[in-house]
Amino acid sequence: MSIFRAAGGAGCHGAGTARLQERENTATLKDMKKIAIVGNPNVGKSVIFNSLTGAYVNVSNYPGTTVEVSRGKGRFGDAGYEVIDTPGMYSLLPITEEERVAREFIMEEKPDIVLHVVDAKNPGRMLPLTLQLIEAGLPVILDINIIDEAERVGLEIDTRRLEEELTIPVVATSGISGKGMDELKRRISEYKAGKAISIAYNETIEKCIKEIEDQLKGEYIFSRRAIGLLLLQEDPEILEIVEERERTIERIKEIISKIKSVHANPFHFSITMRRQAVAGEMLKHILKSRRPDRVSFQEKLNRMMINPVTGIPILLVAVYFGLYQFVGVFGAGTLVDFLEEVLFGEYINPFFIWVFESIIPWPVIQDLFVGEYGILTLGLRYAVAIILPIVGTFFISFSILEDTGYFPRLAMLVDRLFKKIGLNGRAIIPMVLGFGCDTMATMVTRTLETKRERVLATLLLALAIPCSAQLGVILAILSAKPLALLLWAAVVTLVFLLTGFLAARLMPGERPDFYMELPPLRLPKLTNVLAKTVSRMQWYLMEVIPLFLLASVLIWAGRLIGLFQLVIRGMEPLVKIIGLPEDTALVFLFGFFRRDYGAAGLYDLQQEGLLSGNQLVIAAVTLTLFVPCIAQFSMMLKERGLKTTLGIILFIFPFAFLMGFLLNILFSFLGVQL
Amino acid sequence: MTIDDRAEEILESLWVGTEEMGREEVSLDDLGIKEEDKALQNLISQGYVSRDNDKVALLKEGRDEAEGTVRRHRLAERLLVDILDVKGELVNESACKFEHLLKKGIDDKICTLLGHPKLCPHEKQIPPGICCKETRESGVKLVSPLTGLKPEQSGSIAYLASRDSKKIKKLMSMGVLPGNRITLVSGFPSYVFQIGYSQFAVDREMAQNIYVRVEGEGRS
Ligand SMILES: Nc1nc2c(ncn2[C@@H]2O[C@H](COP(=O)(O)OP(=O)(O)OP(=O)(O)O)[C@@H](O)[C@H]2O)c(=O)[nH]1
Ligand SMILES: [Mg+2]
Ligand SMILES: [Zn+2]
Repeated sequence: MSIFRAAGGAGCHGAGTARLQERENTATLKDMKKIAIVGNPNVGKSVIFNSLTGAYVNVSNYPGTTVEVSRGKGRFGDAGYEVIDTPGMYSLLPITEEERVAREFIMEEKPDIVLHVVDAKNPGRMLPLTLQLIEAGLPVILDINIIDEAERVGLEIDTRRLEEELTIPVVATSGISGKGMDELKRRISEYKAGKAISIAYNETIEKCIKEIEDQLKGEYIFSRRAIGLLLLQEDPEILEIVEERERTIERIKEIISKIKSVHANPFHFSITMRRQAVAGEMLKHILKSRRPDRVSFQEKLNRMMINPVTGIPILLVAVYFGLYQFVGVFGAGTLVDFLEEVLFGEYINPFFIWVFESIIPWPVIQDLFVGEYGILTLGLRYAVAIILPIVGTFFISFSILEDTGYFPRLAMLVDRLFKKIGLNGRAIIPMVLGFGCDTMATMVTRTLETKRERVLATLLLALAIPCSAQLGVILAILSAKPLALLLWAAVVTLVFLLTGFLAARLMPGERPDFYMELPPLRLPKLTNVLAKTVSRMQWYLMEVIPLFLLASVLIWAGRLIGLFQLVIRGMEPLVKIIGLPEDTALVFLFGFFRRDYGAAGLYDLQQEGLLSGNQLVIAAVTLTLFVPCIAQFSMMLKERGLKTTLGIILFIFPFAFLMGFLLNILFSFLGVQL
Repeated sequence: MTIDDRAEEILESLWVGTEEMGREEVSLDDLGIKEEDKALQNLISQGYVSRDNDKVALLKEGRDEAEGTVRRHRLAERLLVDILDVKGELVNESACKFEHLLKKGIDDKICTLLGHPKLCPHEKQIPPGICCKETRESGVKLVSPLTGLKPEQSGSIAYLASRDSKKIKKLMSMGVLPGNRITLVSGFPSYVFQIGYSQFAVDREMAQNIYVRVEGEGRS
């Protein structure tokens, strides 16, 4: 099975290249049938996608993992299919951006099969969407997934009977263990669209839909009936589409406003209630449950996590072991030491230096590869020996936490605090992800509901969330001086909260709602943790190594023509003002290329013993707050647009130095010696 | 002896002026009536209010009557907003008509249906009736917002208070629909509830909109 991955679940593929690839592949895809996987968030759509295609897109235990459409290919029976994973949606009437993406996608792509994945534990809540999809005239197959967990809690679903009731194919699967997947593939290959059931609403609604349907003359992907229903529920996008295609639009609007004035409840309510009732009635004979009366261990753990008294200690333990011990001490300490000193220090660098010095006679070229800032001796060393182990260990920790389902629980704990900075608890996921890679996180801010939240989150990510490489290096550098580490953490946290607080005041807007599903706590699967870490690392290296090499080349060229020294000299006064030695100017220059590159430079300086405790804290703080790296910058441009991005950068740059400056003054004023 | 709608409105304004704004008496101007107003004469003759030149004061007799009127008005507002989904200016207008229909006894039934609300949609106190006092003593609550439940308490969802249709859509997407069973799992720092086998976390503003018919406790 061949795969090609579009801007996918890993969240971080340069979407541009993905889109190019996509275009390249469309030729071969023309005659392939399309399967779109849709459904509520966190029901295992991406697991099913991976299993159908053999590809890997990210799977995590929280709603909103997938934010973009991913494509892959699979062969079922004797036909090839294009399989498409979509972001989760609760209903065909979208509330969030991802839901809009998912729906727009269905409308644009005209899939030959819509595979609706539902959670076997909650068919009552999810079946209404099946009904909605059927109503829209889409060719639906229903996949009742996570059947293993349903069995464990004593739920039984009679899929044969459900199939008869719905008149569409129904398959039960466990995407994780692979149970039922063969059956699913068989049903896909045998699929033929047929006549499906239809739900009747109350008389007023029916009459009104009929009237609207009569006015609809254009071509739509959804059935006229579904369009009529969505219009009744005042769906702005559908209204726009209809406005484009119908000359009788005024008449349609009239019909709607006439009926609205005599109807007490919003139509959305009556329609949803009706679908819910139909689904409930259907499931009465199909769903059997034996409720276990024992409170499970998972539930006990859940209660502990959502109670602040026990939840905060749990958080601290997770941060201590997952971040400090594993990433800081093991990744940034043990691993980096080994790679840096032994691997590079004793073998790789001496080897390359020997090779280049013996085969290339010109010092200038030698310098490019193995000099002080050489591509191999500096660029490659930074990437492989310093950044890689730190980022790798971070992503392992992060993936494990993600897969347990801890983050939504953390979100509920921090919601009140986040409201103060104009965000809501949901923003915790991009924020924590930011500690891994701010670029990835900037993209994930899409899952936030309002534009205001997205801008605030982008600003805070760019300003006060250090990425894992930065964080790891800072932990490693400062761990010898706990007080300095604490001070750094306190200053950055304070900046985070204060900036958020003030920015939220300056940017008024509606108070965001917090609502989030708490997925069941699950034991992380090693294979998924590794697959996810590898996929993130792959992306990371692809992104990082060229930049590191480019930086080495630029610095080399800059030194040749004297520009480098000029820039450094230009920055020196700035660096001096905040109380740092001139050499750190270089570190900040590195920081322009990538956050982690700057951090790695700082690491080198500290190893040489050039910085005092005070200076380390000042440098660490300034560097943390300092401009986002090139990758993050371009992601900001893509997601937020030029104006917002420039605004953010123009704020951050002077602010970072101002903080360093203030810290320096404060230190000398108070006579602090760290 | 009964009083008419106009008299009820005068009592209401007097009650708000004296009880909530802390004045001793209210001027005829503020009440928007003339000295020779029929309804006013009627109230004076029944011993509900007294008049001294252009100042009108509420007497003890009239106070209870007035409180009942205010209660009916504010309950009517709640009913209109929470259940009948009336919005904006219409709320006050309709409530003014409605209150006169809610005669004694019926107001307590409405109050019970609504779960003995403490505040009207404008966040003003609703004077408690006998029904409220009784339930407070026996600890019985029939319908309560989710925020009023204790952890581990469950019930069936009675209705969604619909002031913000976006919030309602979000709630509905989580399966918060009338008739479904709901259990409060935790009430701090956010509200966590369970429906079916799923748990959801919401903030206070969302939770306030979910009205639950609490079960497991006696009926009165
Ligand atoms: N036990 C069990 N867990 C499953 C099964 N399928 C998926 N999961 C778990 O469910 C969680 C969500 O899976 P995803 O595939 O990321 O769900 P999704 O529908 O793509 O979610 P979004 O992208 O957020 O909409 C993960 O923790 C999976 O491990 C299954 O069949 N059994
Ligand atoms: Mg997904
Ligand atoms: Zn009462």
